[in-house]
Amino acid sequence: MATMKFMCDAERCIECNGCVTACKNANEVEWGVQRRRVVTLNDGEPSEVSISVACMHCDDAPCIAVCPTETLYQRDDGIVLHDKDLCIGCGYCLYACPFGAPQFPKQNAFGERGKMDKCTFCAGGPAETKEEEYQKYGANRIAEGKLPLCAEMCSTKALLAGDAQEVADIFRQRVVQRGHKDGGWSGNPRREQKRAGQGNDLSAADSLAYDATQQG
Amino acid sequence: MSMSILHVGAARRLLTLLVLLAGLVLSQLALAQQADPGREAAFAVPAVDAELWRQVKAGETGPNYRDSRADSTYNLVNASGETWRQIRERWVSPFGVIVVLGMIAVIALFYLMVGSKKLDEPRTGRKLLRWSLVVRSLHWTVATLFILLALTGLNLAYGKAVFRPIFGDGFWAAMMSGTKLIHNYLGPLFGILLVILLLRLLSHNIPKAHDLQWFAKGGGLVGKGHPDAGFANGGEKVWYWLLATAGLAVIVSGFVLDFPNYGQARDTMQWANIIHAVGALGLTAVALGHIYIGTLGTEGSLEGMTTGYVDETWAKEHHNLWYDEVKDQAIPEEQLAESRPTSEGDEPAPRSG
Repeated sequence: MATMKFMCDAERCIECNGCVTACKNANEVEWGVQRRRVVTLNDGEPSEVSISVACMHCDDAPCIAVCPTETLYQRDDGIVLHDKDLCIGCGYCLYACPFGAPQFPKQNAFGERGKMDKCTFCAGGPAETKEEEYQKYGANRIAEGKLPLCAEMCSTKALLAGDAQEVADIFRQRVVQRGHKDGGWSGNPRREQKRAGQGNDLSAADSLAYDATQQG
Repeated sequence: MSMSILHVGAARRLLTLLVLLAGLVLSQLALAQQADPGREAAFAVPAVDAELWRQVKAGETGPNYRDSRADSTYNLVNASGETWRQIRERWVSPFGVIVVLGMIAVIALFYLMVGSKKLDEPRTGRKLLRWSLVVRSLHWTVATLFILLALTGLNLAYGKAVFRPIFGDGFWAAMMSGTKLIHNYLGPLFGILLVILLLRLLSHNIPKAHDLQWFAKGGGLVGKGHPDAGFANGGEKVWYWLLATAGLAVIVSGFVLDFPNYGQARDTMQWANIIHAVGALGLTAVALGHIYIGTLGTEGSLEGMTTGYVDETWAKEHHNLWYDEVKDQAIPEEQLAESRPTSEGDEPAPRSG
């Protein structure tokens, strides 16, 4: 089973905030919540780097461990999702999360924070209907065989998403070869040509996400 | 004889239940492992040099740190989050179970082996006013709120290990949101009322030299006879000062957690949460002792807090120094029963003629 991860190549990130905007738009994230953020260290100095951060979908997620209502859970492919019907807004996930991913729409007296919201790796969340899912959690692109929109729309391909192994391979090849011949886009014809040449059945495969969730 | 067999059987069942409950909760908690945010971050953000890594892992921000989230005060890695998680999951939660359930077991054993403390002498039938109506009302309001807050607090800490499998998702969700509402809205009320009650009872609880004697005699458990005690004995004073210290810490940390609208930092709330949990679990355990001593444990104590009056014999045995001060104010039981309806002031006094 694939393990889904984000990876941000700090050498490439130009702090354009395209990922933040893409996420906000794809998921209709509510006012006051921003699932992805771009952090810049040493701004204006020669060592300046920018890094796009959202939920890292940790293997042993601290948010899951501390949540008193089991709102948070991990899918088999490593994606950490949340069930808004269970959230009571206690804020423990926010205390524990290493990356500041969980956010609350409100910050009122008597701990009235509303329901927690965080990055879903564009995998939606538990709901009866598709409409309800979209309204509560935003897009479920993974179910459509697509990668998270932030990574898909990254103009420099600094932000990568997909199976940890494949994403790490892309990065390693970039380091070795100064760039990856697929460039990290899903549905790359050259990549698929090569895979087909190796005897893989690509009749339904047109994206990294699809490959990642289907290949053992 | 049959009573004691019944007791032993019941105690065995109670102990088995406690052990099972502790095992269930502890086994759930044992699943908590060491997370590694450093490893997650190292995977997620390659191509960063050693100096930047040090900065990121230490959670440093500095003047040239930028974050695209509007009001974000967060650094890249929340370095204290994992510390908070480890303290909570490894220490506070498991030891909280042990302390609270252990206290129940100790009290049950004590009751079965020693039994409740009966009055040595027969009652005289003459009563002394111990708790005024104001103090009684405050006490029972604070007590009710304490129990509600303790139960909801325990549910927030341990409920998921016990109730979700039993009740199923729908009821569980409603139960938890209710739990949080009760805890967050009644908490501040409890805090305010407890402070008023503590101020009201301060004069009775100033430590005195004879309190040391009281402790040396284990409150009367060691040796013969009752040790000296004024209005409040040594044990009561300990409970008072526990509430005045740990209790206040729980209240203050509770306010910090309950009012995020003042924008306190995430690190502040992590520490507040640990102080709140440790203090509240400890006080819950001690409160069980207080409840036992005030009801089953000592004959004649509870009536003081319900009716306001205690028997002369009880006062003489448990609070001899106080008894010496007020013994001339004792009222015969019959007179008290007569005066009660009119003193309540609800009904107009019957007209003569």
